[in-house]
Amino acid sequence: MNQRAIEIIVGLFMVAGFAALLFLALQVSGLSPTAAGSTYTVSARFNDAGGLAPRGKVSMAGVTVGTISAIELDTNTYQARVTMRIDATVDNIPTDSAAIIRTSGLLGGQYVDISVGADEEYMQDGDAFYATQSAMNLERIISNFASGK
Amino acid sequence: MTGWLATLGARGIDSLRAFGRAGVFLVGVLTGTPRPIAGLPLLVRQLYSIGVLSLAIIVVSGLFIGMVLGLQGYTILSDFGSEDAIGQMIALTLVRELGPVVTALLFAGRAGSALTAEIGLMKATEQLSSMEMMGVDPLRRIVAPRLWGGFIAMPLLALIFSVAGIWGGMMVGVEWLGVFEGVFWSNMQASVSFWDDVVNGIIKSIVFGFVCSWIAVFQGYDCVPTSAGISSATTKTVVYSSLAVLGLDFVLTAVMFGNF
Repeated sequence: MNQRAIEIIVGLFMVAGFAALLFLALQVSGLSPTAAGSTYTVSARFNDAGGLAPRGKVSMAGVTVGTISAIELDTNTYQARVTMRIDATVDNIPTDSAAIIRTSGLLGGQYVDISVGADEEYMQDGDAFYATQSAMNLERIISNFASGK
Repeated sequence: MTGWLATLGARGIDSLRAFGRAGVFLVGVLTGTPRPIAGLPLLVRQLYSIGVLSLAIIVVSGLFIGMVLGLQGYTILSDFGSEDAIGQMIALTLVRELGPVVTALLFAGRAGSALTAEIGLMKATEQLSSMEMMGVDPLRRIVAPRLWGGFIAMPLLALIFSVAGIWGGMMVGVEWLGVFEGVFWSNMQASVSFWDDVVNGIIKSIVFGFVCSWIAVFQGYDCVPTSAGISSATTKTVVYSSLAVLGLDFVLTAVMFGNF
């Protein structure tokens, strides 16, 4: 086979490789070009962060509006401080909204659900949720039920 | 007893020497990298014989591995009623592990052994030494294009393998077993991260490409120039490459996904 034909076939091979990369980026990992930059940070304190993990989702009314960026222990209050990055387009979360840890499905992962409040003022970058509800702990519920509390 | 000790010592010195030769050889090849314009046709020819000709086995294996993952995953996940997670399982397994590793193993068997045999035969028929006589550096002319060809071809092959596997898994999961297509893709997109999963997979395949090509060309260049020597060098290429890939895979996985 002459050099020209080989060059064309190798070119096609490389194009196929990069097309595969593009497919993995866009279709498989859902990377969107406008993902970076436009977010703001809020935090919430939970008594029990349960199975929450960084990169987990933050949703409002079932729509994903942000991701969890960090989970750490607040050594003063012994609570878990969960830091979340919210899309800048969602800039009207009332300050009295509640952050609730919920489970998707019976065996699904846990996520933070924002239950919308009624305040006229909106949360800004660096604000914290006042009202929170911790992860549902099945063992604790059963032991409470068994001891009649 | 002393005889046994002496044999052990000689073995140790031999393998240490081989490592040293491999290192010196690698430095020679890399510093003798072909000049971009003059070496490009050689590199393209190697990309053709290493990359393009491996495409068929890569696509077919990827397809079948993806289909098996889909089938097995469905059987296990449907016990928990969570067969929707099948897309995520297939994609993560392929992109993180099976894509780079199986591609590297197939590459060692399909292309690595051929490289060793080719270079070994050139050595046995004294083509390499006659090149040196003519003032052509065989490292630059013969070995470097093959090393770079394998290094470039492997990540591309691994990406194509992963895509073929995901497509195979989708055929089984969505078309045959009836998992809803939207859930299949959205679960996959929610759990696969481009930088953490896809890019780490690519880094793995780059490392494997480098190691496999290095082992293959070195074994060919270093073989005993007889028919028995070539055959044992080809065997060594496949065995060493497979072991190196599996061992390195564990190390890389521990570094990338270990979280400690």
